[in-house]
Amino acid sequence: MAEPRFAVVAEGLRKRYGDTEALAGLDLRVPAGTVHGLLGPNGAGKTTAVRILTTLARPDGGTARVAGHDVVREARAVRGRIGLVGQHAAVDEILGGRQNLVMFGRLYHLGAARARRRADELLERFRLADAAGKAVGEYSGGMRRRLDLAASMILAPPVLFLDEPTTGLDPRARNEVWDAIRALVDGGTTVLLTTQYLEEADRLAAGISVIDRGRVIAEGTPDQLKKRLGGDRIEVALDDPGSLTAAAEIVGRVASGGVDVDAEALRIGAPVSGRAAALTEAVRALDDAGVKVADIGLRRPTLDEVFLHLTDKEEVSS
Amino acid sequence: MSGANQGAAASPQAAGSLQTLRWAVADGWTLTGRALAHWARQPGQIAMGLLFPVMVVLMMGYLFGGQMDVPGGGSYRAFIVPGMFALTMAFGMEETFVRVAGDAAKGVTDRFRTMPMSPSAVVTGRAAADMVYSVAGLAVMAGCGVLIGWRVHDGAAKALAGFGLLLLLRFSLIWMGVYLGLVAKGPESVVAVQILVWPVGFMSSALVAPSTMPGWLGAVAEWNPMSATVTACRELFGDPVAGGSWAAQHSVLMAVVWPLVIAAVFAPLSVRRYRALGR
Repeated sequence: MAEPRFAVVAEGLRKRYGDTEALAGLDLRVPAGTVHGLLGPNGAGKTTAVRILTTLARPDGGTARVAGHDVVREARAVRGRIGLVGQHAAVDEILGGRQNLVMFGRLYHLGAARARRRADELLERFRLADAAGKAVGEYSGGMRRRLDLAASMILAPPVLFLDEPTTGLDPRARNEVWDAIRALVDGGTTVLLTTQYLEEADRLAAGISVIDRGRVIAEGTPDQLKKRLGGDRIEVALDDPGSLTAAAEIVGRVASGGVDVDAEALRIGAPVSGRAAALTEAVRALDDAGVKVADIGLRRPTLDEVFLHLTDKEEVSS
Repeated sequence: MSGANQGAAASPQAAGSLQTLRWAVADGWTLTGRALAHWARQPGQIAMGLLFPVMVVLMMGYLFGGQMDVPGGGSYRAFIVPGMFALTMAFGMEETFVRVAGDAAKGVTDRFRTMPMSPSAVVTGRAAADMVYSVAGLAVMAGCGVLIGWRVHDGAAKALAGFGLLLLLRFSLIWMGVYLGLVAKGPESVVAVQILVWPVGFMSSALVAPSTMPGWLGAVAEWNPMSATVTACRELFGDPVAGGSWAAQHSVLMAVVWPLVIAAVFAPLSVRRYRALGR
């Protein structure tokens, strides 16, 4: 069978838990071989979407195909083509790392010899070979996550679901997990990633769907989403509260949009259109006016700002 | 899951069902192996589990035993050994519960459910491991019983029938353990299960003859499923049997009927609960 162009296709997914509408018609298309980020606040429906796409839950309405198979009618075929890394490291803590991988390999029906070979390969690849015999309960959080990833990769599945894979990890462990994910994608795996860390989506994902209240409210590459907030911003930090008004007026002259003044932090920010020209002009004007500047620079909006902007708007419109 | 069933039905039919059965057995065996590996990694915990009933029997037999008169005659220590066999089976349900609830809470159950493995293996693997553990528990308790003066009087065939009834009770309790494990929030709730198991276990003929209890309590104790198995074992081992109720006089029958009733209630509940995880 030819590889489908989209590894994940969801159309109008609906799911209700009691009075809560977890998914209210979610549409999603993830091109094969890419990392796609599913961003949203707590309770937006990210985990429900992943549970449906991984056959753990049945949708009330809508359809979804993963790796070319319907998640309800062909659940078993889907299960043979996916891996899931959930919010908990779903591994056996009493057994050793190698024992875990061999057990899961056998449950994937690899047969005893191939399961053992595959376990050794994965332990090597996820840098767990030294701890292969140790009980997983003694692993660090990052090691446990890597073992969890390894277990999800036993079949080298075409589609991998990662539900907040770095929640609760320290920065070092987070980097380890990111490296592992990048290596998987280099090998051709499609990854659907849910996360609350916008930095994580920014670093890993080619495409992002922002979801809120069970629907997609914005979609695009991280850059496209950032542009929706008006491109680059100029940021000025001051030492002297007395010069705040004068500085804000000068920044307003070079800005392409409204000026944000944070009187407490003595910071002024505004969107600008011409990068270098705006910066040069602002520096010169501030200098001419005798305003002492502690720091001045250009920066792109963070995904956090995009995210807050989008979800705020949602709040207002409903 | 109906989705899984439909997925399986989509494969070529005749070879399909045989293949499905083959994988159900293989996957169940893999999970039994997992449970056995747990014991190899936690020998201390296993030894504690096996020796705890021994401690109870020694405490009851030597600490309280001097004051106990067994209706129908015979030593109190020999009287409580069949009772302890049955209590060992009842305590075993806590093991089933803890493992099932632990897998569900840690997300291991969810991982199994996203894998193309046989869904029934989760239970059959657990059941086989628990039965192995129960046989070991009975062997330890029987050894202890022989040391403190308990004997089989009516031959090996009847004795084996008695052990068969004990294992039947344990098998029915697997389903109760699976159901409670899937309903519970996590393995910590085992305390609640103990609060259920202990009174039910002790309010029986296991350690005290119901005829010595207040009337209403004695009646409850005589009809307790635990008592059915205990009394049937005493009968099959050739120990004196006390109690005049219908239940006590037909203990072997009741020791078959009660576990079947328990399994008939909790097996469908467990299956339903497992499927409900996909809602």
